[in-house]
Amino acid sequence: MPRYVLRRLGFLLLTLLLTSSIIFAITQVLPGDVARVILGREAGEAALNSLREELGLNDPLPVQYLRWLGNFVQGDWGESFSTRTEVRPLVQQRLGNSLMLAAVTLGIAVPVGIALGVIAGLNENKWVDSVVNVSALSVVGLPEFVTGILLIEIFAFRLGIFPANSSIRPGTSFVEALPMLILPALTASLVLLGYISRMTRVGVIGEISKPYVRTARLKGLSRWSVTYRHVLRNALMPTITVIAISFGWLISGLIVVENVYNYPGLGRLMLFAIDRRDLPLLQAVAMLAVLAFAFANLAADLFYAYLNPKIRLQ
Amino acid sequence: MIPALSVEDLTVKYRNGPGPVTAVREVSLEIQPGEVHGLVGESGSGKTTLALAVMRHLPEQAVITSGSIRVDGQELIGLSPERLRPIWGSQIAMVPQDPLSALNPTLRIGKQLSERFEALSRSDARDKAIELLEMVQIADPARVARSYPHQISGGMQQRVMIAMALSAEPKLLILDEPTTGLDSTTEAVVLDLIRELMRARQTATLYVSHSLGVIAQFADRLTVLYASELVEHGSKMDLFENPLHPYTCGLLDSVPRLGENKREIQLRSIEGRIPSLEDLPSACVFAPRCPVVIDICQETRPALEGAGATRQVRCYRWEETRAGEIDPRQPPAPPPLERPTIAETALQIENLEVRYDQPRSLAEWLRRSPRQSVRAVDNVRLTIRKGETLGLVGESGSGKTSLAQAVVGLVDSARGRVELFGAELPTQIKHRDRETLSRLQMVMQNPDEALNPYLTVGQSLSRPLALLRGIHSEEEVRRLLEGVRLPPEYADRYPAQLSAGEKQRVAIARAFAAMPGLVLLDEPVSSLDVSVQASILNLLNRLQTEHGTSLLFISHDISVVGYLSETVGVLYLGQLMELAPSENLFDPPYHPYTEALLSAIPLLDPKATQERVRLRGGIPSSLEPPSGCPFHTRCPRFIGDICIEQTPPWQEDKTGKRIFCHIPVSDLRREQGQVFAMRKRE
Repeated sequence: MPRYVLRRLGFLLLTLLLTSSIIFAITQVLPGDVARVILGREAGEAALNSLREELGLNDPLPVQYLRWLGNFVQGDWGESFSTRTEVRPLVQQRLGNSLMLAAVTLGIAVPVGIALGVIAGLNENKWVDSVVNVSALSVVGLPEFVTGILLIEIFAFRLGIFPANSSIRPGTSFVEALPMLILPALTASLVLLGYISRMTRVGVIGEISKPYVRTARLKGLSRWSVTYRHVLRNALMPTITVIAISFGWLISGLIVVENVYNYPGLGRLMLFAIDRRDLPLLQAVAMLAVLAFAFANLAADLFYAYLNPKIRLQ
Repeated sequence: MIPALSVEDLTVKYRNGPGPVTAVREVSLEIQPGEVHGLVGESGSGKTTLALAVMRHLPEQAVITSGSIRVDGQELIGLSPERLRPIWGSQIAMVPQDPLSALNPTLRIGKQLSERFEALSRSDARDKAIELLEMVQIADPARVARSYPHQISGGMQQRVMIAMALSAEPKLLILDEPTTGLDSTTEAVVLDLIRELMRARQTATLYVSHSLGVIAQFADRLTVLYASELVEHGSKMDLFENPLHPYTCGLLDSVPRLGENKREIQLRSIEGRIPSLEDLPSACVFAPRCPVVIDICQETRPALEGAGATRQVRCYRWEETRAGEIDPRQPPAPPPLERPTIAETALQIENLEVRYDQPRSLAEWLRRSPRQSVRAVDNVRLTIRKGETLGLVGESGSGKTSLAQAVVGLVDSARGRVELFGAELPTQIKHRDRETLSRLQMVMQNPDEALNPYLTVGQSLSRPLALLRGIHSEEEVRRLLEGVRLPPEYADRYPAQLSAGEKQRVAIARAFAAMPGLVLLDEPVSSLDVSVQASILNLLNRLQTEHGTSLLFISHDISVVGYLSETVGVLYLGQLMELAPSENLFDPPYHPYTEALLSAIPLLDPKATQERVRLRGGIPSSLEPPSGCPFHTRCPRFIGDICIEQTPPWQEDKTGKRIFCHIPVSDLRREQGQVFAMRKRE
């Protein structure tokens, strides 16, 4: 197991190095001169040059990359072109918001999705299975802005239980924010439910026909023991990967949902940065997105290894 | 006395496909407490369906349409799953064929053994698991209880399954081919254990097997199933000594017995194929393959008739068979043509070595530690003469497949010298020219995977014709089919439309299409039913004499190897232990490993005698093969430090048998008796 963890960590570092260089490279090829963006259109050539020198823009690209990476690792993420403030506090605050939303979303989608998947899998091709499948598929098919508007209409305007606008202020605690998180989380959950339940269903169907399940049944164990103790542990392995990928998506890809509810998450910040050509901000958000994906996958690998003794005992 | 199991008129149908298909048809059987009942049949006979029906654990598409199943007097048919649960836990238990897949890969062995005892505390449960493991003679029960299934050997896994089944103290134990997946020396140890436990506990047992040898050694009574139908039923002695149903006769005749060779005995294979359940013959299911079929057999289904107090046969002509008026046996294959022996050498292997390098970790690479490698084949030296068969026998991990792959050029890392008809073979297949390729062909174990499912039989056969001989002719394809006794219209069929035996015939035809001088056969009959196996062996024999081809025949089954070969090599951990002319293979002196192998085979004759030589432990890892003699860690005739320290010499006895052992041949001969004695059949 320690060797396995070390290997995984090694792969994680490699992935981060590779993606960070890609992020850096892409922001370099984007049109636009950074010095000019900062100083404005009227700046003279001499001023531009001295700023370029100061920012190190005249150094060779690999040097610039290493300097940027070194600064990033040390916590110096630069200054935003558009807000003229430090990038880090802004991004960190948005990351906190995204993490809260992701936690609530997964808190809804994982248990419900797994439960639906298990129920469908245990009743393969019976009516329960069809009902679960059809509803999961139709929900996945609906775009988030449709489900989002529908949920707002029902829960905010008709029933008035949750607010329609989730624009939480900086510094709001999780408990205070919770009512505002429910609707966006529900909307994102509806997307994930389909994936999680279908993956679980396939896993369960694959496992229940295996001979060891027959062994367990023929021991005289109850249906619940057979499912919970024997089937689930093996059936959930593919689902874990799906959940990890979903986590990455929740952190940085939730642009539509955040927009519908006016939620200040990383997704909207990224959109903002692209809109303003705010390179330092864009780089920081992209790096965080990559980190979120990478760590979620690492967590999935480790959990997978924990469940699977063949890997754990290597 | 209440029978432990009583099945009456049981019919099981499958609902998949166009209409319901009968898998078990009006079968009755009874097992008394303490009795072992053998259930014999080939694939599609319904034996597994019957066993699962008795457990009331059929797949969902299967329905019991009529009959009764009583275990210890209690009727199981009609019970709900909830009512069945306590019966599964205490009255019936089953040991399945493949123990690895029958154990949960993510739970520790101890937990899986003790979880049925839900009331026990954690430490009591652990003690219970250890006690159960001790019962099945596991030497280190505490360690095994903490292990996961993949960490212990196949033999151990099966002991765990046996312990699990017996922990319920069942009234009825079902053994479903419990040793089929094991190596023969491991199988022997597990069979001894089963025998001992059953003798001590007097548990009624239904022993399902395709292996007549195991049944001959184990069962008290037996039932023979064929294509869903019970064809014969009686005591083991009656059925083995005087089979009355033509199918039973055919089954007993089609297996080569240990010690038989093609020179003396021609196998009687059952012609034709096992009917599929979708179109069973309406009257007697065996009529299309029966040598003594008469009109009524094709018109009306024969009844199960009593042929003595405890014996039943489903055949119109059993009385004639019993009186000796008709011979229900299949005709023997014609004896092979006499062929002048040619001294020419077909294949010469010198010091062949196959190593597979293990990947190094980053740390090992940085430390520049040497690569570890598995030595799959080590220092093997063999000669095959033209027109002869060399058989190689070995258990899993013996290197027999690596050796074959090295000869055909699929292993890049092979070292040594291989000569084919006097010309040295390049190591890798890409360096061999067409002529060399056409002289050396191969037949694989599993014809399902060896034939391209998207090519018709004709296309598969014309490929080697065109590529290696430059022939584009449908005539030649037909001739090839004819050579393996398949009708010409098979050229247009796809592999999926063929039975397993037919596919193997096509694979053999493809190998012979290039007119090779040498054909390598890697376990060509081990995935086939016994009645089909005989016809493939006969076919190989005939093709060999017709074309003067040499064969390198690889198998784990020493009876089959001994039957088909002129010379037999015994492999262990990649090295040859013995090289013997087949007529002397079965007589002493033996290499101690050969002795153990011969002692491990369940003999087909219930009256046979056999010495009991059992090997300890499993085959050592080929990553760290034992020093000196590779067999010393398990050798029952271990003589001391010399076996650990020195490589044994090759010794030759008067008959030309060569043995790789430190013990002088004369001593071996003095100490070893005949390992087994079995009556010859005519």
